[in-house]
Amino acid sequence: MIEQFIPAGSTYAGNIDGQIDLIFVLVGFWFILSEAIFFGLIFRFRKKQGQPAEYITGEEKSQKRWITVPHFLVLVCDVFIIWGAINVWYHVKQELPPAQETVRIIGQQWTWTFVHPGPDKQLGTADDIAKVNELHLKVDTTYHFKLEARDVVHSFSVPVFRLKQDAIPGRVITGWFEPTLTGEFDIQCAEMCGIGHGLMGAKLSVESAAEHAAWVASESPLELAAANMPQLAVEE
Amino acid sequence: MATAEVATHHDDLHHHDEGFVKKYLWSTDHKMICFQYMITGIAMALIGGFFAYAFRMQLAFPGMEVPLWGVVTPADYNALVTNHGTIMIFWVAMPVLIAAFGNYLIPLMIGCDDMVFPKINRLSYQIFLLSALVLLSSFFVEGGAFGGAWTAYPPLSSTAKYSLTPLGSTIWVIAVALEFIAFLLGGINFITTAMNSRAPGMKLYDVPIVVWFIVIASILFMASVGPLIAGAIMLLFDQNLGTGFFNPDKGGDPVLWQHLFWFFGHPEVYVVLLPAIGITAEIITVFARKKLFAYRTVLNTAIATGVLSFTVWAHHQFVSGIDPRMAHVFSITTLLISVPIAEMIFVYIATLYGGSITLNTPMLWALAFIGEFLIGGVTGIFLGASGADIYFHDTYFVLAHFHYTFFPIAIIATFAGITYWWPKMTGKMMNDTLGKIHFWGTIIPFNFIFIPLFVLGVAGQHRRIYNYEHFPDLAVDWMYDLRVMATVALLVMIAFQVVFFFNVFISLRNGKKAGNNPWKANTLEWVAPSPPGHGNFEELPTVYRGPYEYSHPDREEDYWPQNEPA
Repeated sequence: MIEQFIPAGSTYAGNIDGQIDLIFVLVGFWFILSEAIFFGLIFRFRKKQGQPAEYITGEEKSQKRWITVPHFLVLVCDVFIIWGAINVWYHVKQELPPAQETVRIIGQQWTWTFVHPGPDKQLGTADDIAKVNELHLKVDTTYHFKLEARDVVHSFSVPVFRLKQDAIPGRVITGWFEPTLTGEFDIQCAEMCGIGHGLMGAKLSVESAAEHAAWVASESPLELAAANMPQLAVEE
Repeated sequence: MATAEVATHHDDLHHHDEGFVKKYLWSTDHKMICFQYMITGIAMALIGGFFAYAFRMQLAFPGMEVPLWGVVTPADYNALVTNHGTIMIFWVAMPVLIAAFGNYLIPLMIGCDDMVFPKINRLSYQIFLLSALVLLSSFFVEGGAFGGAWTAYPPLSSTAKYSLTPLGSTIWVIAVALEFIAFLLGGINFITTAMNSRAPGMKLYDVPIVVWFIVIASILFMASVGPLIAGAIMLLFDQNLGTGFFNPDKGGDPVLWQHLFWFFGHPEVYVVLLPAIGITAEIITVFARKKLFAYRTVLNTAIATGVLSFTVWAHHQFVSGIDPRMAHVFSITTLLISVPIAEMIFVYIATLYGGSITLNTPMLWALAFIGEFLIGGVTGIFLGASGADIYFHDTYFVLAHFHYTFFPIAIIATFAGITYWWPKMTGKMMNDTLGKIHFWGTIIPFNFIFIPLFVLGVAGQHRRIYNYEHFPDLAVDWMYDLRVMATVALLVMIAFQVVFFFNVFISLRNGKKAGNNPWKANTLEWVAPSPPGHGNFEELPTVYRGPYEYSHPDREEDYWPQNEPA
């Protein structure tokens, strides 16, 4: 259902969409059934001359089973939904597959800063590429993210990945994603974060391996110079 | 009839002696306090509705000069959505459903002359009025009204340099805290009165469902509000005294507030739902001429829902940085709550079976409550299931979902209650044709507002954004078309409210006299004169049976008032 509106761009997007579809079918069944009976009864038992209402207490077993049986069936549906929800949640939020690369994501009023690892694929080194409101990823690569907030609560939301995670000041929250679809997509801030909340969007670029390598190279034209940067900085 | 008129006449004289201030502003009469709450609540609803109009115009036509408001700046937008939410929940749903209907119905339906603590009752309204004025004053202070969402997550709400509304945020917290005090006082009264002042012969299972539900709602409110009041005080200290309860730099934790807020916030949903669904029970039984199906089951489902509602709060926080293992627990409890609520809806549907249904205005509203609330209920499952909520959290899907619960509660059930008890409150009938025009003119646009918003939410539109042009995936034509559709539907719905006020006006002026019991209903309020004078009953009633003995086979008449000896 969701894919018709927005493409699925991560390995787990399909799991979340599947969970939503399951709920849609189960809940849709109950919804249509209840509304059909509801409107059917209103129509059938509308006031007619010479036809008084029946006296039904609903306390006898034979009457009560009309609500107890559906109530157990609802419970059965709940079990299916819970089972699905736990599986999907575990996969997306609890499991942490080994990272091929790691990015650091910092939310602050009202921008996202993305620190990419650079040519050496290590974060926290001199060749890191920090970009404001631009996240560049290599397709089919498992990323860990380290999510931080500088001031207030923000929420890192990537609809194509079906991912959302609040960023909390004072914490570093780790999660993962693996993009599967190249292209440019929206990154949102999904938690009210002040006057500029409506401006706090960023661009996600998912690139093929070659494109990504070219981007990394373009951002660090002289690897050697980059390696010397800390000393330069100190001298200055 | 003659005696009733004499009694009313006598009471008019009695009231006249009290003077305007004593009668309308300083009254301890539960009915007058109902009207005070009701009128204040409706006035606040008009303000909250006006805010919705202003920000919906901005969403459909970004940057336009909105008539009566002007250009909606980002700061305006945030203040409007924040206060729309705050007002509609705390200053509309709560005062109208619990305070106004609770005040009016409890003494009349249990057959006593007033609340047990009439002066506390008066104080409750006065504090409530003060809280409303305090909240509205925040629009006129330097920096403007608070704009950090009605959930007020710190550090945004606790830190002036982040929110840029140094006074607005403090005033917001004070107003909310005052409002809670008002409802604590009201709640004490409701519970005590219902437990102690029932008419002779009225056993617990003879109490009308709406009274039961208002009492259960008051208990839920009293049991859940403590942590939030504590939270509000900590927030005030963080804002003004430099403490750091929610500030990580000083060893605090911003997520703590979210727990305190939602521990109250989720039971709060049921606090307003229960009176609404109780009103529905009264109306459906009367206009289907049916006994309520399985009275005790209805009561048990409400109690079960109330108890479970204390265990579900963190489903608002799945992605908020809580330990991910906790999500499983809250997913399970949240989905379990669907069982008693579904059962309650089944009971209402079952009550229609074998009835003789009259579709007049109050019945249309009551039935619409069930039909529309069902949409709110089923869409909640998507959000309670942790896996699906990762995507839906803070999208318009959430927004549409809770408007499909709160609109039926705060608007549909309120109109059901007003149109049903209007003859009792005023002694005059309302015009049924105008009532139906108002009904359809509200219900149809309501669905045209929020169904497009479900679709936008499914497509990934996130909340509280004043202008979607900064998000290329959301700035496409078909999404703007849906936003325009929702806004136009809102304008139509607002326009149709004029019909209601016109109906009120002509009913008060020229309405047909109602008599004591125009709907041929069983419950005790219909024994009293319309409108009941000070002291309610000419002679305090005695109760012989339950409230829903309609179409009893032993009786020729299809109703059997609770006070009529066998």
